[in-house]
Amino acid sequence: MSTERPSRPKMPQRPPEERIKDFNEVPLGLSEEVAVAEARRCIQCKKPTCIEGCPVEIDIPGFIKLLSQGELDGAIAKIKEKNSLPAICGRVCPQEDQCESKCILGRRGQPVAIGYLERFLADYEREKGVKAPSLPPPRDKKVAVIGSGPAGLTCAGDLARMGYKVTIFEALHAPGGVLVYGIPEFRLPKAIVAQEVDYVQSLGVELKVSRVIGKTFTLDDLKDEGYQAFFIGTGAGLPYFLEVPGENLNGIYSANEFLTRSNLMKAYLFPRYDTPLKVGQSVAVIGGGNVAMDSARTALRLGAKEVCLVYRRTKKEMPARIEEVERAEEEGVNCIILTNPVRFLGNENGWVTGIECIQMELGEPDESGRRRPVPIPGSEFVIPIDTVVVAIGQGPNPLLLETIPDLQLNRRGYIAADAETGATSLAGVFAGGDIVTGAATVISAMGAGKRSAQAIDRFFTDSNSFPEWRQ
Amino acid sequence: MAKILKKEVLTPQIKLMVIDAPWVARKARPGQFVVLRINEQGERIPLTIADFDLQEETVTIIFQEVGKTTMVLGDLEEGDEILDFIGPLGKEIEEKYFGHVVCVGGGVGIAPTYPKARAFKEKGNRVTSIIGARSSNLLFWEEEMRRVSDELFVTTDDGTYGEKGFVTQVLERVLNKDKVDLVVAVGPVIMMKMTSLLTEKYSIPTLVSLNPIMVDGTGMCGCCRVTVGGKCKFTCVDGPVFDGHQVDFDELMARQRIYLEEEKRALDAWLMETEKEGAPYHVY
Ligand SMILES: Cc1cc2nc3c(=O)[nH]c(=O)nc-3n(C[C@H](O)[C@H](O)[C@H](O)COP(=O)(O)OP(=O)(O)OC[C@H]3O[C@@H](n4cnc5c(N)ncnc54)[C@H](O)[C@@H]3O)c2cc1C
Ligand code: FES
Repeated sequence: MSTERPSRPKMPQRPPEERIKDFNEVPLGLSEEVAVAEARRCIQCKKPTCIEGCPVEIDIPGFIKLLSQGELDGAIAKIKEKNSLPAICGRVCPQEDQCESKCILGRRGQPVAIGYLERFLADYEREKGVKAPSLPPPRDKKVAVIGSGPAGLTCAGDLARMGYKVTIFEALHAPGGVLVYGIPEFRLPKAIVAQEVDYVQSLGVELKVSRVIGKTFTLDDLKDEGYQAFFIGTGAGLPYFLEVPGENLNGIYSANEFLTRSNLMKAYLFPRYDTPLKVGQSVAVIGGGNVAMDSARTALRLGAKEVCLVYRRTKKEMPARIEEVERAEEEGVNCIILTNPVRFLGNENGWVTGIECIQMELGEPDESGRRRPVPIPGSEFVIPIDTVVVAIGQGPNPLLLETIPDLQLNRRGYIAADAETGATSLAGVFAGGDIVTGAATVISAMGAGKRSAQAIDRFFTDSNSFPEWRQ
Repeated sequence: MAKILKKEVLTPQIKLMVIDAPWVARKARPGQFVVLRINEQGERIPLTIADFDLQEETVTIIFQEVGKTTMVLGDLEEGDEILDFIGPLGKEIEEKYFGHVVCVGGGVGIAPTYPKARAFKEKGNRVTSIIGARSSNLLFWEEEMRRVSDELFVTTDDGTYGEKGFVTQVLERVLNKDKVDLVVAVGPVIMMKMTSLLTEKYSIPTLVSLNPIMVDGTGMCGCCRVTVGGKCKFTCVDGPVFDGHQVDFDELMARQRIYLEEEKRALDAWLMETEKEGAPYHVY
């Protein structure tokens, strides 16, 4: 028998040749045996640093200890004290930048695979079936939650557990926000999102889909309906374009359109589902974030022969998770780095045929700390393609914000809100998630929803809270 | 869920439905539209609000059966329900006194012209309306339009009813003999383009209501982008009504053709399927 310490397990995943043929999930999850063995690798630090890396401060050593003792129910309960969406977070959180980056074992070897363990426990519980907890007596205060992404869902769930009457208003026809319209099935199965939404509804939260706040109802209409506090979690849903010539040619999509057609509208099942999505032979995705990776991998699954990623810095600066870049490359996505589109070329029928690009080099660091890409004069060249997905980021959608002129926004057009409570410039109105921070992560949106739920409770129960609103 | 309270067959391919949708009716203004999804497998399509009734809390939609979704919709009956009925979306037109307003409606575009003409009339404008269609069997709402107009002209391309020819030739006559302060045109892109080219010669402000392909209708996908005055606009939130002299109509026409092949595939598959089940076969 070997006395060597076991090493971090690899996530079992489907082989690339097989997985690019369908939209089924790629990673398969750990077995119980492997998960427990991995949990035993945790040295249970006296002063655990991993917790500092978790935006919702899960008691990580606590749940890992229970898991290492085979107490699966206790372990998942421990996670759920802080995180109500572990099946989702276990799949999409960038643990390598968060908890795992702080793990002491990572200094000399490999950090504990905290994310894999979270996912294992959440899946274990899901398969068993989740019971709704018993609820406290109802309180006669109504809260409106606008947007059903991770921020809204979390805020609504936590408030319902305190006994408040909560209604979620969602503009799209399905709840989940980016979890349903953005992140593809092969990375986050929609059945998991649906189960989390069902759970929130089982707590008594009312869900109204296809209601666009700002259009169908204004905030004042909701006040008239008796809602006394509001949580705005409308996300960063406005797609940015490059604003270079030719961008409206046919065959050029924003990542939001491309992914929404595929995920929310199920264009990959066309014509069984009615929404089409045209993907050519040769696709270029512009950008280097998770959204770009998701778009590129979706394009492959929709039948593209070649997919390249055009990014203006180098792989090191890509904001996407390393794991996702690796998976995309395994599947055949070709990264063209230090390259920036200058204009799109098209044919006489208005379809895109190529991208004129310019080569870049890295200059001085900019305010984000990453080295600024600068164009190399005279280095223009053409990439022939027939489909383009622009995935260079999203901003705040002004649709609702325009209808609340008194709501203070920050310099970038997002809602100005207190980082601890989500309190905005308007009495009783809270906000959190991407609509406050700009495009960020599922877990940070969830954390914001949680903190606002606490704050809303204080707003109702403590007449000394939020003095700025009570003059 | 939104229930169909009334269904009327205006022409063999153009149908009217009155929908029980208080949440849309209460806020609807002329110029706005809804996005609907018929069933779980359905796509989201935009339709202009042709009329709304605050008392009954209903919204009227009028659509031409041109593809699978509109045909499936056209097959629904009174009492049936539409899964998602979202709105009102887009910006309303500026309802105010301009003086003499000419409303031009082409084909199924007559429907969205109506609430605009009515709104202008209510603001005290003198309203001249010109409505046209390819043929007499595609014309509808002549009486409704007459009621909200001081003067009404009707054309058909083939001369089977009213004056033979295009709406633009009547418009040119009106522009030559009368002072016009505003032209509003709704209909096929080519008709809005020709109208805008004409009024540009006469320097008459012109509003058009655009109908690009949409998905969400809330500014989230950019599918509906159009070029207006050299700038990229999202029709669903910045429009659908724009200054006709600034719109790049050729680009819009190209973008409307993106899914022609897929639309045909979906339609053919559906026709095969429904024929098997003995549903009426649509000749189009
Ligand atoms: C393709 C993609 C991949 C991503 N991958 C990851 C990842 O791997 N890991 C990670 O941590 N993060 C990832 N992110 C980021 C993450 O999804 C977001 O940070 C997170 O979803 C933000 O949550 P939210 O609740 O603030 O907003 P959203 O999830 O954007 O939800 C907002 C909701 O509000 C609704 N809404 C908007 N306006 C209105 C209105 N006026 N009325 C009613 N409803 C409205 C929207 O329709 C939407 O459903 C990804 C994002 C994208 C787009
Ligand atoms: S339809 Fe999606 S932005 Fe207009």
